[in-house]
Amino acid sequence: MTAGLLLDLLLALAVLGTAAWTLAARSQFAAVIGFVVTGLLLTLVWVRLGAVDVALTEAAIGAGATGVILLYVVARLRGGEAEISAATPSRAQRALAALLALSVGGALAYGVLSLPDPAPSLAEAALAGTAPLGLGNPVSAVLMAHRGLDTLLEAIVLVFAVLAVWSMAADHRWGGRPGPVFQREEHGPLSLLARILPPVGIVIGIYIAWVGADSPGGKFQGGTILAAMWVLPWIAGLVRPPSVTDWRLRLMIAIGPLTFLAVGLAGFVVAEGFLAYPPGFAKPLILLIEAAMTLSVAAALACLIAGPPERRRRA
Amino acid sequence: MSLLVGAFSTACVLAGVFFFVAGTAGLIRFPDTLSRVHALTKADNLGLGLIVLGLLPLAPGLGAALKLLLIWVLVVIGGATAAQLIGAAAARDEHAMPSPPSGGRGLGEGGVP
Amino acid sequence: MTGTDILALAACGLVAIGLYGLVAQAEVLRKIIAFNLLGAGVFLLFGVVARRGAGAGLAADPVPQAMVITGLVVAFAATALALVLTLRLYQITGAATVAEDPPEPTAPDS
Repeated sequence: MTAGLLLDLLLALAVLGTAAWTLAARSQFAAVIGFVVTGLLLTLVWVRLGAVDVALTEAAIGAGATGVILLYVVARLRGGEAEISAATPSRAQRALAALLALSVGGALAYGVLSLPDPAPSLAEAALAGTAPLGLGNPVSAVLMAHRGLDTLLEAIVLVFAVLAVWSMAADHRWGGRPGPVFQREEHGPLSLLARILPPVGIVIGIYIAWVGADSPGGKFQGGTILAAMWVLPWIAGLVRPPSVTDWRLRLMIAIGPLTFLAVGLAGFVVAEGFLAYPPGFAKPLILLIEAAMTLSVAAALACLIAGPPERRRRA
Repeated sequence: MSLLVGAFSTACVLAGVFFFVAGTAGLIRFPDTLSRVHALTKADNLGLGLIVLGLLPLAPGLGAALKLLLIWVLVVIGGATAAQLIGAAAARDEHAMPSPPSGGRGLGEGGVP
Repeated sequence: MTGTDILALAACGLVAIGLYGLVAQAEVLRKIIAFNLLGAGVFLLFGVVARRGAGAGLAADPVPQAMVITGLVVAFAATALALVLTLRLYQITGAATVAEDPPEPTAPDS
């Protein structure tokens, strides 16, 4: 058995072990920690699969940002033991669920092990289409050009998600600032970190978004780091979120999809059609979209983490 | 020369892995929150530091070497802050109840007032 | 059996674990976590397909990778919305589950 195979086996066992532990954890807090650990191990699995772009996204969004919002909700939920045990399925029902899960997992395993060999691949086609765009990272080329429609719709999904989260606010709180107020400890360790990390983190976030053109990285990974660099001072009590009616915040959230849509529509006039780039101008246009999208992803993720407005607007 | 560099790298990375294994064992086996935090920060700072030190001679250029060092510095800053916060939460819990059953309780409430 | 096959089986296992948790657990928060585990397994299957399609000097087929990146961001948005709904349900009814007989309203809208 080679070292690589052994590593894959260990990783697979660790992922399944932590996932099972997440379900079995006694407290919700422990379950969230189990989920974050599973996510970080999955990041290593993605590296083993040769998908470094996905590994970065999984670490930033799958484990990091999701873990933050889960912890935040756990801290505010106080489920009654009686209610939970009354709603827990009976032993027979759980056995049925296990049977269902095993048969679905088994069918998937059969399917995935009997995939055709050699596997069909779009790698060559994607790579051939990458060079004319001036991009060195084929994953970015797929995101921005070959499957640009997916990315545009995803950007719009983020805007709608922020709208949906905001609309969960009680009527009388509309127009307030999102999220709770955090206590500010002037000389605490968190305030110190929230003061020294953001200058470095903002540079790293922009760097990750910038190198996405040629190396692993991109707007989603960089935007998540930028969002974290705002969430950290917010949790430390150093800054307060803007009101949900602030037009600058709304512009920041919408500017990415709007730029993308505008360039896409311009494609009808100056190029072959919707979301097509005029030859020779692909790289600058993609950079423009990426820059606007990085800003919007950062603002939208920060708003999704902060949650609906919780305080009445001050007159 | 390259043999020497290779031996240095291997020794450093192995030493780093040792600290990670020891730190993880401590995290699982130690009885209370504060000693567990102690084990964890050792693994983070020393283990990662040694691994970065071992990888430095293999870095393709000065830029890559500086990025490796930056990763270590950021992890140390983040780890130190997290250790302080967990320690403060553990001390607060101990204050609230004289004999915590197994430590680590109530950390979920630590961050949010 | 190759390393990719082993990771493919791990993806199937993750789907099974997530599905079991989604059905067999009562608390909404745990259901959301289980759903995310299920989703992670599905994404991993995409990763296995991408790895099998490695070619043209690339470590993996970029098309499934791009789809997973899109999917991860959308999954986060959906999780954020689900969690806010859970919190709102709790604030209004005091319930942490979606049992058929919801408990009487206990916690006032704070």
